[in-house]
Amino acid sequence: MADRVIRIEPRLETTRLASVIASVGGLMLALLIGAALLRAAGADPLAAYGAILREAFGTPADWAAGRFYGLSDTIVRATPILLTGLGVLLGFKMRLWNIGAEGQLFMGAWAATGIALFVLPKDTPKPLMLTTMALAGMLAGGLWALIPGALKAWLGVNEIITTLMLNYVAFQWISFFVVAGPWSERGFQLSPQFPESAWLPRLTDYAHRVPAFAGLTAHLGFVFGLVAAAALWLILYRSRWGYEIRVIGDNPQAARYAGMNLARNILLVMFISGALAGLAGMSEVAGVVHRLQDRFSPGYGFSGIIAAWLAKLNPWAILLTSLLFGGLLVGAKQLQPTGIAFMLQGVILFVVIGAEMLTRYRLVIARHQAVPGGLGVPAGLEITPTDPPTRGEG
Amino acid sequence: MDLLQFLINILAAGIATGTPILFAMLGEILAERSGVLNLGVEGMMLMGAVSAFGVSHATGNVGLALLAGMLAAGALSLVHAFVAISLRADQVVSGLALTFLGTGLSAVIGAPLVIVREAVARIPALPIPMLSSIPVIGPILFQQNLVVYLGFILVPLLWFLIHHTRPGLHLRAVGEYPAAADALGINIIALRYLYVFLGGLLAGLGGGALSIAIDPGWLEGKTAGQGWIAVGLVIFAAWDPIRGAFGAYLFGVLRRLPLDLQNPLVPLISTANNPTLGRFLDMLPYLFTIVVLIIGSREALRKRLGAPAALGVPYVRGEK
Repeated sequence: MADRVIRIEPRLETTRLASVIASVGGLMLALLIGAALLRAAGADPLAAYGAILREAFGTPADWAAGRFYGLSDTIVRATPILLTGLGVLLGFKMRLWNIGAEGQLFMGAWAATGIALFVLPKDTPKPLMLTTMALAGMLAGGLWALIPGALKAWLGVNEIITTLMLNYVAFQWISFFVVAGPWSERGFQLSPQFPESAWLPRLTDYAHRVPAFAGLTAHLGFVFGLVAAAALWLILYRSRWGYEIRVIGDNPQAARYAGMNLARNILLVMFISGALAGLAGMSEVAGVVHRLQDRFSPGYGFSGIIAAWLAKLNPWAILLTSLLFGGLLVGAKQLQPTGIAFMLQGVILFVVIGAEMLTRYRLVIARHQAVPGGLGVPAGLEITPTDPPTRGEG
Repeated sequence: MDLLQFLINILAAGIATGTPILFAMLGEILAERSGVLNLGVEGMMLMGAVSAFGVSHATGNVGLALLAGMLAAGALSLVHAFVAISLRADQVVSGLALTFLGTGLSAVIGAPLVIVREAVARIPALPIPMLSSIPVIGPILFQQNLVVYLGFILVPLLWFLIHHTRPGLHLRAVGEYPAAADALGINIIALRYLYVFLGGLLAGLGGGALSIAIDPGWLEGKTAGQGWIAVGLVIFAAWDPIRGAFGAYLFGVLRRLPLDLQNPLVPLISTANNPTLGRFLDMLPYLFTIVVLIIGSREALRKRLGAPAALGVPYVRGEK
């Protein structure tokens, strides 16, 4: 023991395979830890996971019988996670921490509601109505995100806290309108229902042509998500601007020397990030609830953050992770207590970022003299003093 | 009720309301001074709150309850310490994960506690003899809950620790210039673990102070962003406990304002006849945090008193 030492060394390159293995392995480990926590909290983990899977994706018997309710519900839940996740992903790419997607989602929903109920007449053609609502939602979410964006770009104010604080302000804003406020319907804590011209088309609306669609509530919002994912991929990997974003994220100093305008990029990225969250809000009120309610989102904006990270900030991979979390929400709906979905998401995020380090560093077992260990430090988990100094990364 | 009485009431209530945030903020100051950003304060506070409330409900022993709250949050902070310090993962993401974990876990643990309606043992208020009868100052400062006095003691204590003791010097060295501290033989990894853990204990104390002293009870998401506000106040505090205490108490006053103004007996500015105004007053604490952040950031720029230089940077011997 005295002459063996475990060292952490950076890997020269990270293979795609290693990073996929780390993600999947991390997910497995997270499910194990989650099971242990569930057991400790007095629940039966296997039954809980089984219920989640059955509820979220259905059983082969269901599929054979042409019943896809579980899958459809999962898509419904995944839609806002996907859209908010794509929004924060763009920010994270340039290390801009927009934690306020939840509030931006609410502001988007608020603006879309305003258009549907109070601005456009009931008999507005559906395409015009929905397009206007989507644009208003994106504008509201984008402007809401632009507040912390401007503070960051011009005054250097930490955007993590400001985006988060504005979530709570947005919650109060919605409450003001909906709970006994000007938009409240006869004292209930919700707005009147939208006219049908403001409902996003759902699969079940086409049941007269495809009978299997009957009862499926997946709506057009998911297609918004697909289009946004494609657009984001194009921006990030096929445009000069996307290249700038990635350079700023990797090395802001170098970006500044290269003449890239940091402030302008922060403002633009924050606006788009918020706009996508706002679109998520619009798609939620127009596609699912058809009215504005107090606290209608169970934290989609936060799940989006975790989905983005689990997807390694890849706009295609986030399709998978948001479906995963959507399924988790659908499944956990049947479980008590309701915090299980959030808890599992937290564990997953932890384990995945931990596992990610193993793809960037490797453990090397080497012969060496004893290294003093300290409080809480795994023995010898240090680079030995004899190592040649390596050049810093930042 | 005259205006003076109203002011006394709101200041006293504000100081009490600001106390849980004060504890959490002091803990975050310690962690950040050592160079580790922990954004998991909200999750740790929630775990502290639910654990303290649960233990108080089960045993009726408030001392044990507060300890349980501190240890639960402390345990959570060690997860962050391991991922951020030993595995050198991104501290922002790890802290976020901690908040999600704490929020979810506290909801799972606390589900059976939400329906608890009977009285649960709580930390009592204790007017201090003599001092509490001083006019104006007495009712504001010395007719408070025990945890409030604990806050009065902790603030100067931590200020002294940070600025005037050898351990405080080591703490600052580890956060400002870890390579030099390392050369002096200071065990950086161990100190960072220690201060992140202390930060967790204090966040747990804040959560416990909330759920069994200041605002007794448990609800899912009980802290409503107070952990995040604590993180924001650290910047306003410029990492100094005394400055931070003013921020925390001022925040407490703003948080109480909507409640106290509903009293129709309040002169001039009662909102009893204007409930919609109350909704906007509810936004004040959060807007206040943003304003305070702007002030803190501007000042940091001007006076060049900023974050500990190594904040958020994992230490690797030999790397700059």
